[in-house]
Amino acid sequence: MNKPAQQLTIWRALNAALHDEFTEDPSVIIMGEDITTWGTGGGIYGVTRKMAETFGKHRVRDTPISEEALISAGVGAAMAGTRTVVEIMYSDFSLLGADGLINQAAKSRYMFGGQFATPLVLRSNGGSGIGKAAQHSQSLETLFAHIPGLEVVVPSNANDAYGLLRTAIKSNNPTIFLEHKGMYYDKGPVTREPIPFGQARVAREGTDLTIVATQLMVSRSLEAAEELAGEGISVEIIDPRTLYPLDMDSIYASVRKTRHLLVAHEAVRDYGWGGEIMGNAVQECWNELDAAPRRLGAARTPIPYSEELEKAVIPTAKDIVSEVRTALGTKVVQPA
Amino acid sequence: MNTLEAIEHGVFDLATDGVEALKAMTAIREFESRLPGYSKEGLIRGSTHPSVGMEAIAVGVSRSLRAADSIASNHRGHAHCLAKGADPGRTLAEILGRRDGYCGGKGGSMHIGVKELGILGTNGIVGAGIGLATGAALAAQQQESGAVAVAYFGDGASNQGVLAESFNLAAIWKLPVIFVCENNHFAQSATLEEMVAQPEIRRRGEAYGVPSFDVDGMDVEAVANAASEAAVRARSGEGPTFLVADTYRYLGHMADDTEIYRTREQVEAWKGRDPIAKLAARLLERAVLTQQDIDAIAQEAIAEVDAAEAFAKASPFPETAEAFTQVSEDNR
Ligand SMILES: Cc1ncc(C[n+]2csc(CCOP(=O)(O)OP(=O)(O)O)c2C)c(N)n1
Repeated sequence: MNKPAQQLTIWRALNAALHDEFTEDPSVIIMGEDITTWGTGGGIYGVTRKMAETFGKHRVRDTPISEEALISAGVGAAMAGTRTVVEIMYSDFSLLGADGLINQAAKSRYMFGGQFATPLVLRSNGGSGIGKAAQHSQSLETLFAHIPGLEVVVPSNANDAYGLLRTAIKSNNPTIFLEHKGMYYDKGPVTREPIPFGQARVAREGTDLTIVATQLMVSRSLEAAEELAGEGISVEIIDPRTLYPLDMDSIYASVRKTRHLLVAHEAVRDYGWGGEIMGNAVQECWNELDAAPRRLGAARTPIPYSEELEKAVIPTAKDIVSEVRTALGTKVVQPA
Repeated sequence: MNTLEAIEHGVFDLATDGVEALKAMTAIREFESRLPGYSKEGLIRGSTHPSVGMEAIAVGVSRSLRAADSIASNHRGHAHCLAKGADPGRTLAEILGRRDGYCGGKGGSMHIGVKELGILGTNGIVGAGIGLATGAALAAQQQESGAVAVAYFGDGASNQGVLAESFNLAAIWKLPVIFVCENNHFAQSATLEEMVAQPEIRRRGEAYGVPSFDVDGMDVEAVANAASEAAVRARSGEGPTFLVADTYRYLGHMADDTEIYRTREQVEAWKGRDPIAKLAARLLERAVLTQQDIDAIAQEAIAEVDAAEAFAKASPFPETAEAFTQVSEDNR
């Protein structure tokens, strides 16, 4: 099954995943605002480029600016047998369709006693860092991961973007697929294989401390790990890839090895998913931990516009380095 | 309450459709009239919303629907399900939270879905079915299945934003959807006049380019003919239609409603337009049925609902373990 890996940007990888899934399964459709004729030729980040030309405007639909109806119709169409991908220009706008996602899609299987599948993928971008300010920069993954019935995907590289999007479209569960708006042009090898949900990836192996990170925080953690390696500190980085289902087993295994845990996410730290991971780890690995787990996340503030302000709100590689030092520093192992 | 067959374009034949419709409306009335009693007995938990007085709409619309067509309903949705072919025993079992209910007791009155009948659920969110039916129509268009979708909703729901967005979406894409507003003049206790400055709800459809019509919701023949036109339009690719059916609910919004927002006189006045009595009178007048036939239909309805009641009450409650299943495909 080993095909030679292509080097693709994340937006290209997503485009390829759509292309391949559309080719394989004629019941897949996509709809969203400006997805065929915007400057990129495929939505604001180019992800749907050439889709309409290749698969026709019947399957690739430009929609009015009507997020609520768009998401609700996506749910209804999914319940009625069409695999629907809905592109929401920025994930912040998915909140306009919260009823469709949270009260309808997430519950349709359960409340009707298992009769209906709802193969809906809501694709959108979250994240900050490019001056889009408070209403175009949120990281809402925790909010969706909290809802039973929804699955949440947060790819951090091109290969995962490709493989996870294919799995999301094939999935019979409603899936929130969050891309990072600052990472569309990141390039990496893509093997063009679907990747199952709920399987974390070891982004870097290490022995002294485990960092759990997603999306942009994976690359910032890698940067931090590189710096710490110079000081003889060996950091392991686990990227869960899907926040729900969540591969805690891989995290436990890593924590048991390193005996230290730091969670780094871009979502607001307070009430964020980092707390979930810490809570589980404390409960499960209490005896194996050498120090209290720690977490980093955005400040409890909307994302500001001005560049220096925006940078101050989101954890940097430097913040990660200093958290790692703190985490390890608390481990003062006294000689017996 | 058998699945009703499609009728020919715009022709409601009293001798056939009329008799079928009378049977269906009478049975639904019997079914819905018993709900407050079940509530008092403690057999129904939470809220349930009877639609006594509004039978002509569900039955009239369903005359032109086929099994493969979808409906998305609302909190007052048992009649829509029954008219679409749902079994009264299984429907009542769901309302009573029993294992033999359509959703195994997980849904209850406000979440009755039946996949094989295209029933995408009664719904607890006012207006939500409008978006879902629009989506089911989109699926039908994608699949070129020739199916149509119906959204049933109240006058109160017409104030939800999803209505405007869905009307526009259905109109530009020519989706095979029929929007049916059951204007019973109340949203809980709020009157139409207090809650909208332009009470001609039909105009909301017109504003978005959706052909829109008022119809007498107390006259099953009028509803059936209008719905049949709409279904023909939908099936031939001409897009959505909006029907606003004037009607009234005889009972409270839900069990224990004190109904302080309306007068006895108003309720009695509307009963003077009763859809079942009206159809029965027409069938008598045209000598399609005798009074004995009509009495027999009423007796049949009682027997049918008796049987449904016995079935539902005999059905066990689901196992506790069921509370934790069917959350997602892999139940994770
Ligand atoms: C989004 C939402 N808001 C409020 C309610 C509470 N509620 C349930 S039924 C109802 C009135 C609905 O009126 P209408 O749409 O006219 O339908 P009717 O009850 O008259 O059949 C309200 C306010 C709800 N279920 N959902």
